Amino acid sequence: MIEVENLTKYYHTLCAVDQINFDIQKGEILGLLGPNGAGKTTTLRMLTGYLQPSSGNIHVKGLSIDKHILEIKKILGYLPESAPLYHDMLVFDYLNYVAAIRKINSDQKLARIRRLADLCGINEVMHQPIGELSKGYKQRVGLAHAMMNDPEVLVLDEPTSGLDPNQIVEIRKIIKEIGKEKTIILSTHILSEAEATCDRIVIISQGKIVADGSTENLKRSAGGKNIMHLSLQNADFETVQKSLASIKGIEHVSCLSETPGALNVRLSYLSTGDLRPDVYRKIKKTDWILLDFHQETQSLENIFRQLTKES
Amino acid sequence: MDQVIHIFRKEFSAYFISPIAYIVIAIFLLITGWFFFATFFIFNQANLRTFYTLLPLVFAFVIPAITMRLISEEINVGSDEILLTMPVTFQDVILGKFLASVALVVAMLIPTFAYPLTVSLMGQLDWGPVIGGYVGAVFLAAAFSAIGLFASALTRNQIIAFIIGLAICFTLTLLDKMLYFLPRSLLSVFAYLGADFHFQNIARGIIDSRDLLYFVSVCFAGLYGAYLALLQRH
Repeated sequence: MIEVENLTKYYHTLCAVDQINFDIQKGEILGLLGPNGAGKTTTLRMLTGYLQPSSGNIHVKGLSIDKHILEIKKILGYLPESAPLYHDMLVFDYLNYVAAIRKINSDQKLARIRRLADLCGINEVMHQPIGELSKGYKQRVGLAHAMMNDPEVLVLDEPTSGLDPNQIVEIRKIIKEIGKEKTIILSTHILSEAEATCDRIVIISQGKIVADGSTENLKRSAGGKNIMHLSLQNADFETVQKSLASIKGIEHVSCLSETPGALNVRLSYLSTGDLRPDVYRKIKKTDWILLDFHQETQSLENIFRQLTKES
Repeated sequence: MDQVIHIFRKEFSAYFISPIAYIVIAIFLLITGWFFFATFFIFNQANLRTFYTLLPLVFAFVIPAITMRLISEEINVGSDEILLTMPVTFQDVILGKFLASVALVVAMLIPTFAYPLTVSLMGQLDWGPVIGGYVGAVFLAAAFSAIGLFASALTRNQIIAFIIGLAICFTLTLLDKMLYFLPRSLLSVFAYLGADFHFQNIARGIIDSRDLLYFVSVCFAGLYGAYLALLQRH
């Protein structure tokens, strides 16, 4: 659906986006992640034709963006960061104007606006000036704007920034809903959001792609070591260490804390297989009381921090 | 062309939603009305000469005020990002906004029809120069609008846009009155560049293609400049 090849953007001498490559399949929800100033917005702006790339190319449905920009704009819907809309226009007038520019027939226009108003929940503010709306409502009007032409590709730049938790859940629901048939690209720096809504995640740092894949894949590839936590009663560290270290695969056994009530132990092992059954069998043979036993999963946050700090 | 019309409609109605149009029109009528009728009975002649003498100078102040927000406000608010990612070209945007500004000036000129009507009641008015003057005024308005639009595309600050627009329009208006500072060989060139010179020709009732060509080329230069400024920004 979309191919990005060696995309580069310089602002004067500052390199904002540095030779990035990725493809987006039809019907995919792609999350663009990265710390502030990583080049997310710049990438999206080039994707929507607002900025011209310094070099590299983008193809949308086989159309090259430097030659067929108008055709691409027709199948694209874009919600810029913080939804910059015309402040003195009424919401209805604004959507009407967008519908006209999007060349929606006048007999379908009203029905289309009404449907979008229902979908985005802006019925009650239709006759208010946009400048007087709260941030959340502005964002929704922006979303309605982006979906006016029933776009095949929807590009959302931080769609949930500045919204309250209820609105965030609602917007995510809308995104999931639309994402069933449409291709969506959204940028965010909220990791849980990317995890909850996206099929695939691309992490950008300092203008370069540092990771690309589904959340599970990212977690697996970034894995390295697995960590297990044990909390035992009626046991002393030395015997525990001796007995658990004998399990094949365990690299290191360390004591986190030792109180009369409980001994907290941390096991680390290479993430080749699951060692939990072995550990359990070992414990079963002793008279230790097992209070707690869990494996630490590599969270997306850890991966993100690792990848974006390194570069 | 459809897109130009949609953008024109939106921009034109935006003038009347905000108080801009009313303030500008009121001030324009106040100034021209006052200066025209203050001397009208002293000269005691049934023509609109004083009105047309004054018009370029008033336009040089009023039109940059009309055009200053057209592009710089979009850049400042960031709404250009929304506008330009819809299926429109730079040309559509510039042309639509340009036409909106010209239309507002025309709306501003319509109430001044009261002047020739009043004059015609009091004496024998020659309608030729009057009509010529209005045609010239529209051309002049278009030229100044294009310049104002160019100034607006240069900056995100409306006040700077206004001052740049004013400076260019003001210079063009007064250029043919500053000719005695210049060497003789350059005289005809600078005389040709003055907007007032061409406008007064038309206002005499002589519609000459040279004068029209001048205004059309100023329009083109201004609009092309605005186009380049936008292009450079992206």
